[in-house]
Amino acid sequence: MRSLTGFRSILRNKIKGYHKLAVLGFLLPGLSGVSLFVFLPFFDVVRRSFMTVAADKSAGLSNYKMVLSNQAFRLASTNTFRFVFICIPLLVGISLWIAYGLSRCRYMELLKSAYLLPLAIPTAAVVLVWKLLFHKQGMINACIEVLGGTGPDFMGTSLSFWVLVVSYLWKNLGYTVVLWLAGIFAIPEGIVEAARVDGAGEKAVFFRIILPNLKPTLYTITVLSFLNSFKVFREAYLVAGSYPQEDMYLLQHLFNNWFLNLDMDKMAAGAVLTGMVLFVFIFLLQIFWDRKEEWT
Amino acid sequence: MKHEIKTGGVLALFGVALLICLPVFLLFCGSLQGGDELKSELAPILGEGMDTIDFHLFPAYPTLVHYLEVFFDRPEFYTVLFNSFWIVTGTLLGHLIFGLPSAWAFARFEFPGKRILFFLYVVLMMLPFSVTMLSQYLVLNRLALLDSLWGIILPGAFSTFPVFIMYRGFTAIPKGMLEAARIDGAGEWQLFFHIGLPLGYSGVASALVLGFLEYFSLIEQPLAFLKERALWPLSLYLPNIGLSDAGYAFAASVITLLPALAVFALGRDYLEKGIVAAGMKE
Repeated sequence: MRSLTGFRSILRNKIKGYHKLAVLGFLLPGLSGVSLFVFLPFFDVVRRSFMTVAADKSAGLSNYKMVLSNQAFRLASTNTFRFVFICIPLLVGISLWIAYGLSRCRYMELLKSAYLLPLAIPTAAVVLVWKLLFHKQGMINACIEVLGGTGPDFMGTSLSFWVLVVSYLWKNLGYTVVLWLAGIFAIPEGIVEAARVDGAGEKAVFFRIILPNLKPTLYTITVLSFLNSFKVFREAYLVAGSYPQEDMYLLQHLFNNWFLNLDMDKMAAGAVLTGMVLFVFIFLLQIFWDRKEEWT
Repeated sequence: MKHEIKTGGVLALFGVALLICLPVFLLFCGSLQGGDELKSELAPILGEGMDTIDFHLFPAYPTLVHYLEVFFDRPEFYTVLFNSFWIVTGTLLGHLIFGLPSAWAFARFEFPGKRILFFLYVVLMMLPFSVTMLSQYLVLNRLALLDSLWGIILPGAFSTFPVFIMYRGFTAIPKGMLEAARIDGAGEWQLFFHIGLPLGYSGVASALVLGFLEYFSLIEQPLAFLKERALWPLSLYLPNIGLSDAGYAFAASVITLLPALAVFALGRDYLEKGIVAAGMKE
């Protein structure tokens, strides 16, 4: 019996290509869908970014020049970058502080659930609360008034930008804490114990042992937070609609407006430009991942 | 536990947790208040009076009247609820039918171009909608799928994000086990169904939990591609109710929250695994 199955497997390996062809059955259905819905149309977008739709003629780089000199594009990309540079250090710092505390707290599981909750909540369901909180005559300003101050107009001034920052932190804190925790628990306990035995205090343990070991985690978290920051459009759109206060105007708002005006030329060039910037970041992330694989 | 943090730290952590959960709490409180109570409370926001609002955390007369309104007086609520249901179900089925075997192919086979193709999949899963919007529009337009739920479901069904998460689950299966089964004469599909799925199911579960939460709160795609309001999902319908109809808005929001909370409660561990799988290379 045994020799028979052995013989069959030899026979199967003999039929060259059997093994190789099997992969097609698994891969092709998904790949053809991805090609149809994503790859092919994206090539079309790249082609269109060098054309004018109206005349269907080659336009060289004129679409790109048009987009780069476009006021709205500049505003949206400045806001996006400003948002990223303010939010990511805040998010990374606060979540590391929380994660390090959590890793040594007996209520870790319970608290982690609380921090992750916003990730599960459809933003649309809490828009009402956002309006209650941030309205000029809303709850936050009611609190400020009780304390004797006068509340500002959050949505009508440049403070709207900070409403966005708070929304982003609220939504992504748990996500980042979980990533930090994975990094913290991957540090071999032995190193930390050894340092303590050698008389290292809390500060020394954190800055000399924990932080250096978390470097690869930091890179990953930074890049992922950057890529996630584009999703904050949901919060922005839901609190302020299609035409928000200008400090809240993001790339997705701009693309929506171009879309409504059927500005295909600008959309194509804008998509390629944004895609290229993001591609660089994704490529960096890939390099960090590969490097980490070598370390372990 | 050794080297535990001090009480002050624990309190601070609980404080942050409460602050994070506050919006959900406010939502529940609002949904239990009577129509008149809400109206007088929200008056300042609705443009009447110059005072700030005085929102009652605990309703003076708790009532379920708004929930009854949602279920019995608003037929359109069922329409949007079912739209959301079809979008989520269709997309997740697509992930199982198309994404799952692809993940297995990437995890278990060597083929020419695999590295670069997988990298492209990773790039795709991370691009925001602003980059893919025009290409999606072009293909939906050509296939005459604009203003149809299929136009939302199909691009979602071929998302590469679940492929990546499931791939992570499959690569954790020891190679020796598969080799042993192969030598015993198991075919590739047998390996997939009898070894891959039972051992890699946690990756699949993570992908489904993350997928549910993502497609249940979809905004950008339906906003761009569904002009017909009768096709809108809950996530697009809710914000358009408006505060003048506050009781209904609160109750509808809470009802929308419930399926997401249920998935979260049941799948929290998978959600966590999925986040780590998507973020870290182990």
